[in-house]
Amino acid sequence: MSFLTRTAGYGPPAARQVRERPMSRLVAFVIIAAFSLYFLVPIWWLFVASTKSRGQFASSDGLWFADWHLWDNLTFLFTYDGGVYLRWLGNAVVYAGVGAVLGTLLASMCGYALAKYAFRGRDAVFNVILGGVLVPVTALALPLFLIFSAVDQTNTYWSVFLPSLVSPFGVYLARIYAAASVPAELLEAARLDGSGEVRTFFTLSVRLMAPALVTIFLFQFVTIWNNFFLPLVMLSNDKLYPVTLGLYAWNSQTNAVPELRTAVIVGAFVAIVPLILAFLGLQRFWRGGLAAGGVKA
Amino acid sequence: MSTTTSAATDFPRTGRAAPARRTRGHHRGAIAIFVVPFGILFSLFYLLPIGYAVYRSFQTVEREGTFGPATEVFGGLVQYEQVFASDAFWASIGRVLLFGAVQVPVMLGLALVFALLLDSPLIRGKKFYRLAFFAPYAVPGVIAAIMWGFLYSPSLSPFSVLTANVDLLGSGLVLWSIANVVTWVYAGYNMLIIYSALQSIPGEIYEAARIDGASQLRIAWSVKIPLVVPALVLTGVFSIIGTLQLLTEPQVFRTFTTSISSTFTPNLVVYTTSTVPNFNLAAAFSVVLALLTFVLSFVFLRLTQRKAFQ
Repeated sequence: MSFLTRTAGYGPPAARQVRERPMSRLVAFVIIAAFSLYFLVPIWWLFVASTKSRGQFASSDGLWFADWHLWDNLTFLFTYDGGVYLRWLGNAVVYAGVGAVLGTLLASMCGYALAKYAFRGRDAVFNVILGGVLVPVTALALPLFLIFSAVDQTNTYWSVFLPSLVSPFGVYLARIYAAASVPAELLEAARLDGSGEVRTFFTLSVRLMAPALVTIFLFQFVTIWNNFFLPLVMLSNDKLYPVTLGLYAWNSQTNAVPELRTAVIVGAFVAIVPLILAFLGLQRFWRGGLAAGGVKA
Repeated sequence: MSTTTSAATDFPRTGRAAPARRTRGHHRGAIAIFVVPFGILFSLFYLLPIGYAVYRSFQTVEREGTFGPATEVFGGLVQYEQVFASDAFWASIGRVLLFGAVQVPVMLGLALVFALLLDSPLIRGKKFYRLAFFAPYAVPGVIAAIMWGFLYSPSLSPFSVLTANVDLLGSGLVLWSIANVVTWVYAGYNMLIIYSALQSIPGEIYEAARIDGASQLRIAWSVKIPLVVPALVLTGVFSIIGTLQLLTEPQVFRTFTTSISSTFTPNLVVYTTSTVPNFNLAAAFSVVLALLTFVLSFVFLRLTQRKAFQ
């Protein structure tokens, strides 16, 4: 609409950009370019380092390639210690991937109910969950360990998987989205058509909330993927490690087993590539979700 | 944050209130199906652990004679007396407070500058910069710390001119080397939150300022920054919580340097105490740390809300 109001003399904002002082543009460019290097060079270094042989890793220029050893390094990574790295990747996908899918479902159902139904104790329930947002996952790791050891279930898949399903922040986001994107009139229409509440949620509301669900999923995926303290205190069997804990364990042994350094570096690179790609691909959804979280909070 | 409680719901306030009123007391089965699964897990893995930690923090181990069997008995505030007498714990609290007092303003300041630059007409290729700044957030804390550990090391770093002369992993600088890792990972994430808030400001708001001939700097300072205060408060609270809970980066750095003690941050104190093992004392440390975190974020919210909305 706004282009209708613009006249030649008035000039749209786009035309004014040209008139910004060149000096401001230069300063802005220098700041932003310098920090691009700051953010990207470490990742570039990791990529370059994973293509090098052990000898050239220390002796050649860190920011440029030497002889191409990426495939040898990958073979070493995936075969070391009976291929345990692949297992760690698989574990991480189960903890973070399956955990975030189930967690998103649980959080969105709960947030949806809090937004769309009036029931006694609703505000109390929501406030308790909102308090949970302020409880950091690290603060829960030790108490969770004590609980699981009371029932003798530490050092199991469940001890890391089950606590990761709970996302109070997901409930908070789901409630905001459900309130904004699922019209009460539509639910009423579904009711008149004879659709049950639960069926309406899974066939209709879930679609309307789809962008929110992607955001909640990504948030929770990152939280679980990054949670270091919980697996650190829970797990002693390295077959159950997620990839981050496995790399940490290898890195702690590099003084005794120097060739592990190659595995740590290539392993670190392999672990972040899918994540970075997924983030960049799903960025649209992220930004929408962040906007809602930032504006409403 | 409590303002969201009513703002986030959308029960019709207009003449169409009838359908909403009809849902009251109905659909109990459906509500239960929606709320109970999350409620059970939340109770088991959030509320119960907190309660159990508090319970354990009041327990103490008692022995009959020197070699008698150990029994857990109610010990009152015995553990808390130890917490308050623990110099290492309070030193670690002081360390993370100092860390936060410097790192959080620097990181959020950078995030704000990046967001304002990307929101201004001064920059071309915004999409690329946005992705470049956000990419480190996809790097898990453990991996970021391992990566920077190599980058800091005197012999392996590509910046050996610097690292050979300045001991970035020595006891004098290691706290700030950790601060750099945290800033590297989270600055882009915070930038994106602030940027999203800037994008949701309608453009007409700037028109008047533009017509008056205000510079971009002036518009940023007088119009944009006041409007993104809520986003800054949000990122501030999460940063304060993250700072007090610092664990991953220092724990990983312990494999690169000896200058990080086993009680470097409060969470390392908790972890170290639990590996002794002394779970009752570790639980008491956890409870005190959680309370401090809560009080600090609450005080911060109070102070900023007053400044922002008066």
